Amino acid sequence: MDSTGIVVGFWVLAAITIAGALGVIASRDLLHAIFFLIVSFLGMAGLFVTLSADFIAVAQVLIYAGAISVLLVFAVMLTPLVSRDNGNSLYIAPGALAGLAMAALVVFVAVDADWAQLSGDALAARSFPDTAATIGELLVGRYVLAFEVASVLLLFALLGAIVLVHERRDDGAAAARAEAAAAGDEEAA
Amino acid sequence: MTVELGHYVAVSGVIFGLGVIVALGKRNAVAVLMGVELMLNAVNLLLVAFARFGAAFANDAAALSGHAFVIFVLTVAAAEAAVVLAMAVLVYRRRETVELDRITLMRW
Repeated sequence: MDSTGIVVGFWVLAAITIAGALGVIASRDLLHAIFFLIVSFLGMAGLFVTLSADFIAVAQVLIYAGAISVLLVFAVMLTPLVSRDNGNSLYIAPGALAGLAMAALVVFVAVDADWAQLSGDALAARSFPDTAATIGELLVGRYVLAFEVASVLLLFALLGAIVLVHERRDDGAAAARAEAAAAGDEEAA
Repeated sequence: MTVELGHYVAVSGVIFGLGVIVALGKRNAVAVLMGVELMLNAVNLLLVAFARFGAAFANDAAALSGHAFVIFVLTVAAAEAAVVLAMAVLVYRRRETVELDRITLMRW
């Protein structure tokens, strides 16, 4: 990994990714924060490309930069009153302390440790010529049980999301009961 | 000047720390979810970097187990995002807010 293109690409993409994450913290508008998050996701996909992980990079762009960011925008649209504000909570000071301490610790360890890593010819030999085919064989071979569990998890997440946001518009009595229950909750609070 | 495993671990640590700051320090539930996604992304970068650089793998298929783990992390992240955003919409319908400081029904 010592060709000039890889080195320059790594530093540029790392800067883009970290700048996007900083933008999420700094921007006052939640929609702007989501756009910064998409920039960070795309930079991360570029970092995956520099690691010869082409399939993971494509999946990152499709799922994170595509699907999850659209979900976030929809959540902002469906909660209109307060949701554009990206203000800090009461816990920003301890949160910043914890986050910075964790980042400093990991950076110190990363720089200081003597990693058991490949270099030179051995690193060039492991360039993953067919990631997608091998990942597919692993998913239906060694990790087939986890693969099936993940499919069930996705199914139940889908069902759970539908059940949670479903509104019974046709049944006036049920809606009235729900209103009464909600009002009861408000009084209890 | 070369790029080594330590560089990727350092970038991953910085992204994870920023994700912690977002998840703990933001008032809006959607912003907190964004912090969690940043942390998951940092872990993905770590898995892929170790798959590329790690010296302990017997062959390419063993190293690509890291990529398979990333696929599972992506799956769980997508499921989590869908459920959390449905919960945010539901809480907004009931209480007219998704600001976590103001959802205090269970506060002692």
